[in-house]
Amino acid sequence: MSSISDSPRGSGFHLSQLIYDTRYRSMTIQVVTFLLVVLAIWQLGSNLLANLANLGQEPDFGFLDSRAGYDIGSGFGTSIIGYTSASTHIDAAFVGILNTLLVAFLGIVLATIIGVIAGVLRLSKNWLVSRLMAVYVEAFRNVPLLLWIVLIYAVMTESTPQPRAFRVDEAGIADAYMVFDAIAITNRGVYLPGPIWGPNSGILIAVFIASVIGALVYRRYAKKLLFDTGRLLPMVWPAIVIAFLPVILLFFVLGRPVGLDYPVLGGFNFSGGMQISNPLVALWLALSLYTGAFITEIVRAGILSVSKGQSEASEALGMRANRTMSLIILPQAMRVIIPPLTSQYLNLTKNSSLAIAVGYPDVRATLGGITLNQTGRALECMLLLGLFYLALSLIISFVMNVFNNSMKLQER
Amino acid sequence: MSDTDSQVTNAYFRETMLAQQTPPVTETGAIKWLRENLFPTWLNGIMTIVALYAIWFILSHIGPWFLNGIWDAQSLSECREIRDATLGPDASAACFAVISDRWQQLVFGFYPQSAYWRPTLAFFLMLAGLAPVLFGAIPRRWLTASMLTPFVIYFLLWGGSVWVPAFIALGFVVGGLTARVLGRLNQMVALIGTVLIVGLYWAFIAVPLANAVHSILPIGIMAIPSSEFGGFMLSVVIGMAAIILSLPLGIVLALARASDLFLVNKLAIGFIEIIRGVPLIVWLFTASLLLNYFLPPGTNFDLTLRVIIMVTLFSAAYIAEVVRGGLAAVPKGQYEGADSLGLDYWQSMRLIVLPQALKISIPGIVNTFIGLFKDTTLVVFIGLLDPLGLTNSIRASTDWNGIYWELYVFIGLMFFIACYAMGRYSMYLERKLQRENR
Repeated sequence: MSSISDSPRGSGFHLSQLIYDTRYRSMTIQVVTFLLVVLAIWQLGSNLLANLANLGQEPDFGFLDSRAGYDIGSGFGTSIIGYTSASTHIDAAFVGILNTLLVAFLGIVLATIIGVIAGVLRLSKNWLVSRLMAVYVEAFRNVPLLLWIVLIYAVMTESTPQPRAFRVDEAGIADAYMVFDAIAITNRGVYLPGPIWGPNSGILIAVFIASVIGALVYRRYAKKLLFDTGRLLPMVWPAIVIAFLPVILLFFVLGRPVGLDYPVLGGFNFSGGMQISNPLVALWLALSLYTGAFITEIVRAGILSVSKGQSEASEALGMRANRTMSLIILPQAMRVIIPPLTSQYLNLTKNSSLAIAVGYPDVRATLGGITLNQTGRALECMLLLGLFYLALSLIISFVMNVFNNSMKLQER
Repeated sequence: MSDTDSQVTNAYFRETMLAQQTPPVTETGAIKWLRENLFPTWLNGIMTIVALYAIWFILSHIGPWFLNGIWDAQSLSECREIRDATLGPDASAACFAVISDRWQQLVFGFYPQSAYWRPTLAFFLMLAGLAPVLFGAIPRRWLTASMLTPFVIYFLLWGGSVWVPAFIALGFVVGGLTARVLGRLNQMVALIGTVLIVGLYWAFIAVPLANAVHSILPIGIMAIPSSEFGGFMLSVVIGMAAIILSLPLGIVLALARASDLFLVNKLAIGFIEIIRGVPLIVWLFTASLLLNYFLPPGTNFDLTLRVIIMVTLFSAAYIAEVVRGGLAAVPKGQYEGADSLGLDYWQSMRLIVLPQALKISIPGIVNTFIGLFKDTTLVVFIGLLDPLGLTNSIRASTDWNGIYWELYVFIGLMFFIACYAMGRYSMYLERKLQRENR
């Protein structure tokens, strides 16, 4: 701060300088802090070891390789890992991790869609629509997420028909009908048509991936051309054509290798197709609607942060409304939107641990739930669980930081 | 020239003003408003119609259910009998009787019925204690009384000897005196000395002293263990305690994170990131399953207290990030101005930087508090009976087996009121503190 008050160099060192001399004081503070922290950690650690010794437990991760012996309901994670009750605890943990990643990914996608649409509608000049969106935001932001999860789960299990309600009686009437004859929403889960992968479907997927890359390359080229020469190529329609036309043509050329397997009511339940369990639906919808309400406000604040002069200037240049939005307002709004959006994504991922309320087998339920209770290895399980969430948070932050840097204002 | 003149004189023109006419119907009143706000373009008109349909859809389902609500019954089956008798078996009617029957449980949990006056009084004391903090119109000297209310509330809720909270409160007096005496020597000595002496006082002197005084002069009320706390009372106790404790802790963490001191800075970053990177529910399980492992063997303390500590640490990390944003937003000239006035670190923070930084961070801090209060519902998973946990125990009774919506609506409404009020207050505070446009 003020170097005048420090005693001149070379006049010998006094002990009081450790407190009064700004050159040494910061060192003193840090050493004291360090000693206190080491003392606290040592105290906690010795307590831990003493307690574990009393219980006759040494920290040991060997239990992860032993047989789990419990079943996890069929679903995304179970089918990928190929999990059975004969698998190990570590496999159970991976099933949980995959399920957590699934619901987090689905939630982030849907929450972003809801948030962006609601955020734009919130700014609509339409009085009714903007008020409706305000009600949505306030209702979801001011009520605990847990309540929304159990509420939506109760809707899914208590208010939806049983599978047998879909049975058509002699008069051709059923108590409940499938949506588009394809989707059945029942109290045992949602049944959707699932894809059947025929012999040549691998080629189809490869072509699809290639054409999506082609569409991205085209967009890049068009953008470069615009910035270099000012020539504006149409971007949206050609990109869609490049991405989808080859696949659709090939689909018929190869003789429809991919078909749809519709759920069919047989016995007491539906069979065939794809089943999405009610816990997953409830958790997914609740997480998306809840986080979507926060994203709505973020998008709204982002769009409002772009000064009015920007849109006026773009109109003065003769740009159409959609081009003003996509070329002028959104790129500037994105810079304000991305940092808080990242923290909402992180919140959603962490909040997916509320799966406990509906019995969805996420990583907290397998590793931090049944495995923990069966083996009694609370310390090891909680440590691994914490590390997993920490790593996931850091990865999401990292990805969003990269995205943020690519959107940042290019300053000279 | 004359030609044109004559043309003008020949031309017809009106010499009197037209009588004022009412504007066309489409340009006035409700129709104009409708046209401009609901049907300005085709697309907008379609959106309006979709929105109207959505509102009608929701109201037509919830409206009759809500309006037909039955408030006076002893069980769900009785509710259904009343509905069948008055409205017919197909009518939808809410059974709010569960709330009139069980509201005491939803509010107080399993707190002894004879002692309901204690949490009620504590609640009003809390409001009274908060008022001088929240509203500047109330004289500042009431703040001293506000500082006492937490101890009185603790005494009312937990009961037991009056001397324990009294001697713990005395710690602040001890701290104040130490700071004053040591402050004459040196600021840093005063800070370290005060923290040390108060810490030692609380750890080793306060409770034995209180017990000693209690054995001479026993004053107290029935002690009630916190395992009997429940319902909204539990949510408010955890929420308020964590809010009050996490704000100062969060500010200290933010200062540490913004500090130039390498070690302090890195420790703060590590603490904040680890806390924020892991979901609260994992921390709560840690509190209930693991915390005892880290304490001296043989100690076992209250689960509610452990939860309060965990929730406090959790929200302190979030507040630290919010305040860090505020600290970064204060212009550098303000820091330099404080330095050039010769203020030391704590003076410049207390008098110049923090008032501005905290003003900027108000919306973020209040949002963190709202999130914290909502997150108190998570304690249900470690066996505490918050309102959502009580819905399960209410459903477990034969009278109310199978009741969902009415309870959820009630709980949601209570949380909505509390959180919405907090949000509104933060807006009021922001407007009040806005100094640029005065």
